[in-house]
Amino acid sequence: MSGVPGYGLGKGLAITLKTLVSRSTTQQYPDVAPELPPRSRGVIALREENCTVCMLCARECPDWCIYIDSHKEEVVVPGAARPRQRNVLDRFDIDFSLCMYCGICIEACPFDALFWSPEFEYAEYDIRNLLHDKDRLNEWMATVPAPPAHDPQGEPSKEEANALKKAGAA
Amino acid sequence: MNPTLADFGHDNGWIVALKVVGVFVFLVVMTLFTIWYERKVVARMQVRPGPNRHGPFGLLQSLADGLKLAFKEDIMPLKADRVVFFLAPVISTVCAFTAFAIIPFGPFVSIFGQKTPLQLTDIPVAVLLVLACSGLGIYGIVLSGWASGSTYPLLGGLRSSAQMISYEVAMGLSIVAVFMMAGTMSTSEIVNAQAKGGQGELFGFEFTYPGWYVLLLLPSFVIYAISAVGETNRAPFDLPEAESELVGGFHTEYSSLKFALFFLAEYINMVTVSALATTLFLGGWRAPWPITQLGPWVNQGWWPLLWFTIKLLILLFVFVWLRGTLPRLRYDQFMRFGWKVLIPASLIWILALAGFKTMNNENLPGWQRGLWIGGFAVILLAILLWPRKRPAPKLPLEEEVAQRPEGSFPLPPIDLQVPVSPRAKRITADREPVQ
Amino acid sequence: MTAEVTVATGTGGLGTDMVLNIGPQHPSTHGVLRLRLKLDGERVISAEPIIGYMHRGAEKLFEVRDYRQILVLTNRHDWLSAFSNELGAALAVERLMGIEVPERAVWLRTALAELNRVLNHLMFLGSYPLEIGAITPVFYAFRERETLQAVMEEISGGRMHYMFNRVGGLKEEAPAGWTSRARDAIGLVEKRLPDLDRLIRRNDIFMARTVGVGVLTAAQAAAYGASGPVARASGLDFDLRRDEPYLAYGSLKVPVVVRTAGDCHSRFEVLLDQVYVSLELARQCLDRVDQIKGPVNVRLPKVVKAPEGHTYAWTENPLGINGYYLVSRGEKTPWRLKLRTASFANVQALSTLLPGCLVPDLIAILGSMFFVVGDVDK
Repeated sequence: MSGVPGYGLGKGLAITLKTLVSRSTTQQYPDVAPELPPRSRGVIALREENCTVCMLCARECPDWCIYIDSHKEEVVVPGAARPRQRNVLDRFDIDFSLCMYCGICIEACPFDALFWSPEFEYAEYDIRNLLHDKDRLNEWMATVPAPPAHDPQGEPSKEEANALKKAGAA
Repeated sequence: MNPTLADFGHDNGWIVALKVVGVFVFLVVMTLFTIWYERKVVARMQVRPGPNRHGPFGLLQSLADGLKLAFKEDIMPLKADRVVFFLAPVISTVCAFTAFAIIPFGPFVSIFGQKTPLQLTDIPVAVLLVLACSGLGIYGIVLSGWASGSTYPLLGGLRSSAQMISYEVAMGLSIVAVFMMAGTMSTSEIVNAQAKGGQGELFGFEFTYPGWYVLLLLPSFVIYAISAVGETNRAPFDLPEAESELVGGFHTEYSSLKFALFFLAEYINMVTVSALATTLFLGGWRAPWPITQLGPWVNQGWWPLLWFTIKLLILLFVFVWLRGTLPRLRYDQFMRFGWKVLIPASLIWILALAGFKTMNNENLPGWQRGLWIGGFAVILLAILLWPRKRPAPKLPLEEEVAQRPEGSFPLPPIDLQVPVSPRAKRITADREPVQ
Repeated sequence: MTAEVTVATGTGGLGTDMVLNIGPQHPSTHGVLRLRLKLDGERVISAEPIIGYMHRGAEKLFEVRDYRQILVLTNRHDWLSAFSNELGAALAVERLMGIEVPERAVWLRTALAELNRVLNHLMFLGSYPLEIGAITPVFYAFRERETLQAVMEEISGGRMHYMFNRVGGLKEEAPAGWTSRARDAIGLVEKRLPDLDRLIRRNDIFMARTVGVGVLTAAQAAAYGASGPVARASGLDFDLRRDEPYLAYGSLKVPVVVRTAGDCHSRFEVLLDQVYVSLELARQCLDRVDQIKGPVNVRLPKVVKAPEGHTYAWTENPLGINGYYLVSRGEKTPWRLKLRTASFANVQALSTLLPGCLVPDLIAILGSMFFVVGDVDK
């Protein structure tokens, strides 16, 4: 049957006709928000109070797009003999025009100050406006979803393990 | 009570003007609609919804695109021949519009009390006008390719000229059968000729066959349809444009309104060949069979315009369907297909049809009839039993080279006279001799 | 007024051969490959691929990045097979450091590598007909890609640059229920793929454009170092997954799709059949993942340093053999990391394939050599 000239053409035409009468798969993006998985790497959010200005993220970043400034402050803790030194974050900027969205900074952060958020609607008309400061990064904290539960066959996630530990302690 | 050739040429000046404007508006609206229609249909075939932002169902999309084109920068390439570069799209568009003058939209209607056929004009060689216009329209493409002063358009223009010339022949031959059946080249009369079916007899059964030539002359219709796609530069025969090969072909260097004119011309050509197919093969503006049962009114007044448009849209759908499905042919394959398949096939079909018509001639004496049948049988036998040429044994490359006469390819003779390149001549001829 | 014209005679014709630059910006070079053609009408007399428009100095950058950062860069030279690329780099480092990757990670990696292969092939299965002029298959291919990409995004967070490999395993465990969702996606793609198949594979025009066009013989393919689908279409029966198994391929039965014609159509067919095979392999891997308990990575010190020495890790990437030659002086960055990319070798064959063909054939050949310009220029 496939030897008949035009058979392949006919099959193709039938396929397109079949598709013509079936539903399209397009998501109407601005009207319907896409459903993104929690791990989706949209933007990096910062929880400022967790940051200790250890600079690990800025050093580990493959293209050095994180800019951090800080100063030291003395905090008098009642009951302690001497006032404590504390790092105060002045500036935490991420240049998203350079960022490669690899997630190494988030992995490197030892104090859970950086998170991935699936939020992606932060395009700008000027590339220079893609430099976002700590206030903006902090705003995105609200969009950070809870991490998904791990596959029961594998190791539980850090959060799950902590929760288990707490439950065991209580 | 249908318009014949004698009914044309009696209109008032203002009715003619009104009809001209009407045809113009019809074509422009059809173009805008067809672009939307094409995008929508192709989109549905590609599992996406297509334009849906401008107006209901995105219907105003092509209008928005047209406006956008008008506001774009008009680029004139440095090396372009300015006059020809400007003229080329104009030629294309003018020819495309002109061809539509002879397409019949319907029977007599009354426009402000004036009884007139719903057709701009008709002439005894009306169908030839369409062929002539599409032939002239090629000049637009060839000239644009040449005048752009760039390689891609040049290749596109060359492809286009060869393609159009070849497919013009196939198209003309496919229409010949219609002329033979209808006995006229006037479009209104061809529509009339398809009005009623004839009586036939097969195995003792009497039956009425429909008058549409698509049924009577199916091979002609198929050949016409294929060459129409080739003639309009549409996929799978869109070689002059071929965006993945020649970027944009002949209109690579065009922008803004000049590009819009080419775009307009392409879509009008599509509408024209579809309208011609409707007129020649699909009974023109006449309602198809089940609708005709509703009463005689379906073929009177303004109603036929509806049937005409529906038929047109169905044909346009086929255009779009092909574009949505098929890859592009290669240039040489396409030419081979035209010259070695379509043209011989239509010649044989015309011959067969002519033979059939002669046989059916009742005045034909019996001995002549016998001669015809005998001649036909002899030709058929000759074709079937024609000795095939045995392919020559293929020599190895070394022997082939050794067999060549001295000084032949790849080494040209020393005293080879090379004709002067016409281009080089032009450059030197224009220059004043240095004293 | 006399006009004196001197023209050259000889093989150069009238000295008026048309020189046409296809690229660096041309719709069919997918990226910035440039071909300088000499044309006689539409016939190609000579073709010279000019590369380097996208050179990003990846190998030099590797030398000043630690092993986790290198994965970011390896992701990007062939952006269509990001997972396989980072896998190769991770394998090289693991081999040099003598790390044994947990079994669960091995099978998960294999599954993801096969899914990545499908994603890559689907891209070309869509773009190749598009270059021949069929505008619809690309949308069918992308519909399937979208289905699989959703699965990849769910596990890794990325749609293209997954960044999911780490030295010693994977970044993290799959989310609960991911394997069954991945299997569903594979089933869906397997169900809808015949649409693409029927639409284009046996299409008469497609056949006319591709059968017998751009024939690369097995000997030529071997001489140019071509690999992957391009070489297998020429009859060069070589697939690292079977011939030198890495990951879990050793315990899988890997069917190798081979054609012998070596023309554009057989290259396309190899790709198409490979998709079916890879989907099946991915499903088998997922079934195994479900049976294995355990971690997906090993705990490493804060600073990963490969011991002094050198190693070569090669993998069967979607486009062919991808090799990383790693030389370490015991630092936390490699002293040298040499890339052997499949596209680079495949593109070399163009200069022999193209002369003598027509411009439309050139497009057909170019599309069927399956290269990514970033992979050529590195």
